Amino acid sequence: MSEQTTPDPQATGHDSAPGPAPTQVPGGTSSEAVASDVALDTAGGQMPPSAVPAATQLPSRDKDGEGSVLHQIFTGNAMVSFLSVLLAIVLGGILMAVTNPKVAVTAGYFFAQPGDLLTEVIRPYTALVQGSIFNWAGADLAAQLYPITETLTVATPLICAGLGVALAFRAGLFNIGAQGQIIFGALFGAYVGFAWHLPIGLHLLVVILAGLVGGAVWGGVVGLLKARTGAHEVIVTIMLNYIANFLLLFLLTTPAFQRKGSTNPISPFLDSTALFPELLGPQFRLHAGFLVAIAATAFVWWLLNRSTIGFEFRAVGANPSAARTAGINVARSTILVMAIAGALAGLAGVAQVSGTEKYLSGGVAASIGFDAITVALLGRSTPWGTFFAGLLFGAFRAGGVAMQAQTQTPIDIVLVIQSLIVLFIAAPPLVRAIFGLNPRKKKTTTSGTAGARTGGVKSGAAA
Amino acid sequence: MSATTQSPASKQPDAGKATRADRAGGQAGTTGLVSWKAGVGLGLLAILGTVLFGFLANTKSAGFRIAEARDPNASSTAAWITLAVALAATAYVGYRWISHRREGRGVDRWIPATTIAAVVVLGLAALGVARVEKITVPSMALGWTCSVLLLALAGYACFLTVQRRRTPGWLGGLFAVVFLVGFMIWIVAGGRDPEPSISLGGLMAGAVTLAVPLVFGSLSGVLCERAGVVNIAIEGQLLLGAFSAAVVATVTGNVYVGLISAAVAGALVSLVLAVVSIKYLVNQIIVGVVLNVLISGLTSFLFSTLLTADPEHLNKPGRLQAVDIPFLADIPIIGPILFRQSLVGYLMYIAVIVVYVGLFHTKWGLRVRAVGEHPQAADTVGINVNRTRFINVLMGGAIAGIGGSFFTLVSVDAFSKDMSGGRGYIALAAMIFGRWNPIGAFLAALLFGFADNLQSIITIIGSPVPSQFMAMLPYALTVIAVAGLVGRSRPPAADGIPYVKG
Repeated sequence: MSEQTTPDPQATGHDSAPGPAPTQVPGGTSSEAVASDVALDTAGGQMPPSAVPAATQLPSRDKDGEGSVLHQIFTGNAMVSFLSVLLAIVLGGILMAVTNPKVAVTAGYFFAQPGDLLTEVIRPYTALVQGSIFNWAGADLAAQLYPITETLTVATPLICAGLGVALAFRAGLFNIGAQGQIIFGALFGAYVGFAWHLPIGLHLLVVILAGLVGGAVWGGVVGLLKARTGAHEVIVTIMLNYIANFLLLFLLTTPAFQRKGSTNPISPFLDSTALFPELLGPQFRLHAGFLVAIAATAFVWWLLNRSTIGFEFRAVGANPSAARTAGINVARSTILVMAIAGALAGLAGVAQVSGTEKYLSGGVAASIGFDAITVALLGRSTPWGTFFAGLLFGAFRAGGVAMQAQTQTPIDIVLVIQSLIVLFIAAPPLVRAIFGLNPRKKKTTTSGTAGARTGGVKSGAAA
Repeated sequence: MSATTQSPASKQPDAGKATRADRAGGQAGTTGLVSWKAGVGLGLLAILGTVLFGFLANTKSAGFRIAEARDPNASSTAAWITLAVALAATAYVGYRWISHRREGRGVDRWIPATTIAAVVVLGLAALGVARVEKITVPSMALGWTCSVLLLALAGYACFLTVQRRRTPGWLGGLFAVVFLVGFMIWIVAGGRDPEPSISLGGLMAGAVTLAVPLVFGSLSGVLCERAGVVNIAIEGQLLLGAFSAAVVATVTGNVYVGLISAAVAGALVSLVLAVVSIKYLVNQIIVGVVLNVLISGLTSFLFSTLLTADPEHLNKPGRLQAVDIPFLADIPIIGPILFRQSLVGYLMYIAVIVVYVGLFHTKWGLRVRAVGEHPQAADTVGINVNRTRFINVLMGGAIAGIGGSFFTLVSVDAFSKDMSGGRGYIALAAMIFGRWNPIGAFLAALLFGFADNLQSIITIIGSPVPSQFMAMLPYALTVIAVAGLVGRSRPPAADGIPYVKG
């Protein structure tokens, strides 16, 4: 039925797509808009959609069309992000409620005292906020401010690794391998940190450099394999994660890396000259690595938006065939972007060994590499978006620890909330539909799979 | 690289045909580029093999124990009958092969593989008939023999490349077998004992058992990707399947209900994948990755809150016991490996066959593959693209869910956090390794199961290689395979691209 209602394809014009390109007029109803976004994003059905659809990185499309300012605010990307977070938190609350034995008791007299039920659900979230932002129950100012510094500390590696993932996303590459790149960065950085003894200042610089190189090597391998043999980067990065992990575990049992006199697989402590200075004194863990993370964010912003290389990355990400036609060396871009992405993840490794942990262990990368993917997705692959997403997830992590200690709510709930947020953010129409924000929504409930779309096209035609 | 293009349906490049064609081209002097990849790659591996199996070999012997039969009489009868059947099969297939070659006809794709399988079965049956209990070989002598063979094969590959001829497929296969034999002898001889030995039957049986979730997972991947939906969420499907099997089997007190619930749970994960990626057109890889995190968090959370609080009533499923198939299980060596499985194990064989026949020999399969290759064309002839994808993704999830039940109903009889341990990703690799073909995926999964089991056995007997490197093996193998087999393996054309009717 959409064949009859689809307007002429002149509006978008996919001259690069040899196949029958699905074309829709942008700026119409949301379903049409989605279809046109996807057509744009997949180069007319020739490639998988990018991690973060290009359209969502642009200002709202409704500007030239109907929507008022209020309408834009309520359907814009910021609103969707906010609602996604809200929805995920509510769902997480429901999950905690149904699994909490106390809630089962209070639910029994829910209608008598609905407050009790709500208290039981809100308690973990209160602990989360207390553990991540501001602890109003703290004895002095230092204790009250401790949570926020903890959040920034935890966020530092998340931001760096998230930037690596985001950068690769922008070039159309799925860098699932931040985990391995962090490990390599940490490996190189830590070795330089405890095995070499250099003067203060220089040492830290060399450690950072070593970490960057380590990550860049491990990321560059992926780019090289992708460019030279066409091996899919998702598989290669997943496999390299495991390889890096086993390599780390092996090295920690060798005399070169294992701490003297220790049977545990951990390295010696890094020299004090190799550590990031503490920003707020010894009672806080916050270290100068956070400033490096800010600098890295600014660098990635500059790289993507102000440099020729960054432009090439984005062009390759948008449409490799078109980029090749335009004279961009796609293979070189692929290798380069993976190397830089790896270097950024390596920086996260350095932040771990030379800031937070101060030594190298098997769990140095924890699950940062995987969290980084969600951070980059939440940040819509923009540098500053990733920065703030990293802060948010850092808060979740730091608060989750406090929550687990205080209310015995397992920290795993944080994973659930994080992944729900990303899932919702990735599908704005879903969130809009849940909150009834779809513009001029006329639900024609037709067949399940294409229901919303055909419905949207219909209403678009009626307009 | 040869210019021969293959339809994605062809599972194996016809080695004989391709070689002949290339040879003909070579003689006519019209071949273009001949890649040095094979020659150089094999050469490097041969040098590695020589160093390991030759120079680093010790003077110990390597023993391979053959698993003992439970009932010698039945076993002996079974062995003789197997010997006869295998002999007949070998003779027939071999005759077909030779006669086809003599008549100059193309050899059917399945004939070489079947011949090799028949010969292997024949050899094993002969071992059973002869009641061999242990094979002991001198590691040094055989190590050097393998090294020389490897070097010779690599040299031949280089020679062919110089002659501008393409390296035939059998050469790579033979190289792999010789390398594996040399490796096994070397690694066993490196054990701590003065006369180290391993149980060959136990190694193989364990490999098949460990491969069960991988096979189910990769079948799920095949079903989804053949229809054009990338399924990274295999890990999540396995995990939720395992969780649901454990909880439901405990609550209902019936493992079979647990098994069914595992399939439902897997399909549930798939449902989210299908809705978000097909209806809301979100990138499928992202949905998969996020779903894995979500399921990991969800099951860990529920495990920590509910299951640990009351394991008696929530996390104590029974076990699916291994069931012998009468007669077949008595065949020496092969019987215990293939026919002493749990219900899930037998379901695996059935699933592989059903998916293979379904995809390549039915109308439904043709439609599915059309949807995965060229959705526009499929739509034009009246196939509902998105509905086909939806159904396939759901079926894939159900299959992976059954695979997940292996963890809690067969392997360990309780759920624990993240117990699928990244096997969903390995299954994904097995699927690619197996070139998006159920049989190929099955064999690749067996290979991963083998590497996995070999690693745990080697750790027990002690080895010259650090255990971490052995653990790395399947992953390194995958990277090499993914990087090296490209050009010969190609995903379905529309894989990962949502279909928008335009």
